[in-house]
Amino acid sequence: MDSVHLPALQVVVPLLTAPIVAVLRDARLSWLAAVVTSVMTFVVSVYIVQHVLAGAVLSYQMGGWAAPYGIELRVDSLNALMLLVVSGASTLALLAGRQSLTLQIGEERLPLFMAAWLLALAGLVGILVSGDAFNIFVFMEISSLASYILISGGPDRRALPSVFKYLIAGTLGATFYLIGVGMVYMMTGTLNIADMEARLAGVGDTNVVFVAAGFITIGLALKAAIYPMHAWMPNAYTFAPNIVTAFIAACSTKVALYVLLRMDFFVFQKNLVDHESQFTYLLMPLALLGIVFGSVAAVFERNIKRILAFSSVAQIGYILLGASLISVSGFTAAVLHLFNHALAKSALFLAVAAMGLYFARLRLQVLRGAGRKMPWTFAAFVVAGLSLIGVPGTAGFVSKWALISAALESNLVVPLLVLILGSSLLAIVYIGRIVEHLWFGDATDKAVQIGEAPSWMLAMVWLAVAANIWFGLDSSLPMALAQQSAIDLLRQLP
Amino acid sequence: MSSEVSILLSLAIPLTGALLIALTGRWPNVRETITLLTAVALMLTVWQLFPEVMDGARPAVSLGQMMPGISIAFKVEPLGMLFAALASMLWLVNSVYSIGYMRGNGEKHQTRFYVCFAIALSATMGVAFAENLLTLFLCYEILTLSTYPLVSHKGDPATIRSARTYLGILLGTSIGLFLPAIIWTYQISGTLDFTVGGILTGKMSGPAVGLLLGLFAFGIGKAALMPVHRWLPAAMVAPTPVSALLHAVAVVKAGVFTVTKVIVYIFGVDFLFGQPSSSWLIPTACFTIIAASIVALHQINLKRMLAYSTISQLSYIVLAAAVLKPLAEIGAALHMVSHAFGKITLFFAAGAIYVASKKTELNQLRGIGHRMPWTMTAFTIGAISMIGVPPTAGFVSKWYILGGALQGQHYLVVFTLIASTVLNAAYFLPILYRAWLSKETDPNKLKHGEAPWPMLLALVTTATLTLAFFVYNQPVIDLESQLVGRSK
Repeated sequence: MDSVHLPALQVVVPLLTAPIVAVLRDARLSWLAAVVTSVMTFVVSVYIVQHVLAGAVLSYQMGGWAAPYGIELRVDSLNALMLLVVSGASTLALLAGRQSLTLQIGEERLPLFMAAWLLALAGLVGILVSGDAFNIFVFMEISSLASYILISGGPDRRALPSVFKYLIAGTLGATFYLIGVGMVYMMTGTLNIADMEARLAGVGDTNVVFVAAGFITIGLALKAAIYPMHAWMPNAYTFAPNIVTAFIAACSTKVALYVLLRMDFFVFQKNLVDHESQFTYLLMPLALLGIVFGSVAAVFERNIKRILAFSSVAQIGYILLGASLISVSGFTAAVLHLFNHALAKSALFLAVAAMGLYFARLRLQVLRGAGRKMPWTFAAFVVAGLSLIGVPGTAGFVSKWALISAALESNLVVPLLVLILGSSLLAIVYIGRIVEHLWFGDATDKAVQIGEAPSWMLAMVWLAVAANIWFGLDSSLPMALAQQSAIDLLRQLP
Repeated sequence: MSSEVSILLSLAIPLTGALLIALTGRWPNVRETITLLTAVALMLTVWQLFPEVMDGARPAVSLGQMMPGISIAFKVEPLGMLFAALASMLWLVNSVYSIGYMRGNGEKHQTRFYVCFAIALSATMGVAFAENLLTLFLCYEILTLSTYPLVSHKGDPATIRSARTYLGILLGTSIGLFLPAIIWTYQISGTLDFTVGGILTGKMSGPAVGLLLGLFAFGIGKAALMPVHRWLPAAMVAPTPVSALLHAVAVVKAGVFTVTKVIVYIFGVDFLFGQPSSSWLIPTACFTIIAASIVALHQINLKRMLAYSTISQLSYIVLAAAVLKPLAEIGAALHMVSHAFGKITLFFAAGAIYVASKKTELNQLRGIGHRMPWTMTAFTIGAISMIGVPPTAGFVSKWYILGGALQGQHYLVVFTLIASTVLNAAYFLPILYRAWLSKETDPNKLKHGEAPWPMLLALVTTATLTLAFFVYNQPVIDLESQLVGRSK
């Protein structure tokens, strides 16, 4: 395939299929169309990763108009890895999710729902491939609006207030980002990220640019659910349809984090005077607080999805912590964890979705003894949980290793180690609690009647688990991309 | 069969066994046959590596890179060879015993039991043969996780609480202390391979050495150095075959084996000898030996008493390794063997008593020697070996450790060894007295004889091994002399 068109295809495929899926009338057909589209998107990502691994940076001029005047799509090692995560998570969730979606969404609404799904997917990959700050905003809006539909589409009416909260937070975040981009445009006259970086050099010490950087960072932090701006996230994850959670939890906050890293490192870091202090005095403390708060909150939660959602708050803290060390090893750890955490969380939420076929509410009390009735689903959950904890042989271990290595190189060894390891121990506690309830609890009346999840769904859950083990034993692919992006970053550092 | 293949097979055989056991769970006789066949196959595979390693060969095999610069790789060296040979042999004996115990006791979930057991053995082989710290850590964690279902086997609330303690301490110490120690080592030395003479020489000095040693010694929770010993008494809720093989041999020996390996191949004996900041390990091990013995004195439950005795005996091995003298390093290896033989015999006996009479407490054992003469004879031999009296295995290893302590003029160690011998006698002799010389006082007398024959066969075998090791121990001494750089 001609590699030139790959970045454009990445967005165009889901974006153009979405309206077609919307007019389909058959639920099963619409699901099938969405699966095929998502698989195609994934295949494109795989091609892109192959090219990027070979050392290429893919750049595409929309309509043949040269950057910086035309719209540029640009893929390097950082967003290539993210493309793999997003399209992979969407594909796995869709493949696994037919029964779950039919159950929670209903046959008649499924075609429209699938269209919204593809729009969300298109928006997310669009953010990733854009080499243009304003286009990122456009795709951000597309993906956000579509995700509001996805989250509120389930049978649980409590999803409505939580999605409203998400909408307010998401709109605030996007608006802040837009204000920031507008100010930078005012000072530089460009929206192309690469061009912006070059032109900021002359005006890097002006107040306007400082304020712009502040708006952009805070806006994206809100979208990425960085503590204490995470309040919208746990409920949105909890009350969304189960399969949607598996998709959204694996990628939507991570894509916002990606934009944050892209803007702060590749655009501002070199040009703004004393920009490091933003990491040292703002983002790192927030990351540490998030790690502690997320883990502790997860220990005390009683709904399995909320436990995992608060665990995400902590894991986002890990990623941000790695990045805010401003070193090659730290940034490598952050990118690795973006990838590995997405693997673990999508496997976990898929296993939860399998349980959700039998249980409308996913409180631990209700799920007692369910593990004994669905041993394979339970085993998948346990292995993915081990990956979340960071047990060797799983993907989570690799990024924990990288993060601890980076912390040992920093000048804050002891406090960072204590927090990282302490939070891992808390992960043992909250995963352990789930395991004890699911396996040893006295089966409830409901749990007595159920059986194992459908075998196809089980196969998909185990595929996600297998990915966790594979990338735990051979981390060369994410490691190569993460290191490459960290080296790119180093070149940007003053 | 080339030795590379043998290494891989010794990991794969128990795993394949686990799979087959899971598939044949419906037919108990087939399932048990597979367990036994797997154990035989594993033992033969491991043992045929022995002559080669004895001749100085170090067969190795690599399974590819886990992270840049660190592979999953296996290499057989003397200490690992000994550990693997020991564990694979005792697995066979223990499987015979398990069949008698699980059937005699009518336990539930027997398939799960045998599957987890086989996985644990595969992980043990991985620990024994690991070429670098990361591979060892991987297998170490698999061992922890695969034994959790065995410890929580019974599934009642008290068992779950104990299993939580077990998993919490073992995972907590390994992730909280062991893992940072490994990463720290990697950052300093750029490698994690076990290397003769150590990999840290000239790369660090001062108090940091003592701190790193601390992270290792307490991070390897399976060595049960106080205060991270609580998991071992907690693990006693498991069925007795688990306590016998895993919590007297495989798991705990994996702990002290790892500590010894870290001291010999990561720090290096000579390097550590020149670092005063590492001297805290000897008093800590001495304290554990004495304190655990005193706690054992107060126990009223047989298995818990044996567990505290194990904690004390494990610190013998840590202590011997920490003395940093050739004789003591050999003593550490010998004690791994002699304690394994003695303690597995004691646990076998405890399980036999439980199956035959449902007795678990020490004060119920009056006159039991007359009802179960074979069992109690074996128990007596095991107990004498724990005390360290000839003609048993325990004497040989204590002799070497004492020799090493005198070589290094560690009088604290000499004193501890003597004091601990007295304490061991103080908690084992009353049991022997009660069992052989007291009269039964049980009001509702349960008529019982010996336990089922497979159990007897197993415990007579290990008791015989305990005696035999007293006279026939030269191969082990020859093998482990290579560990401290002496040719035979």
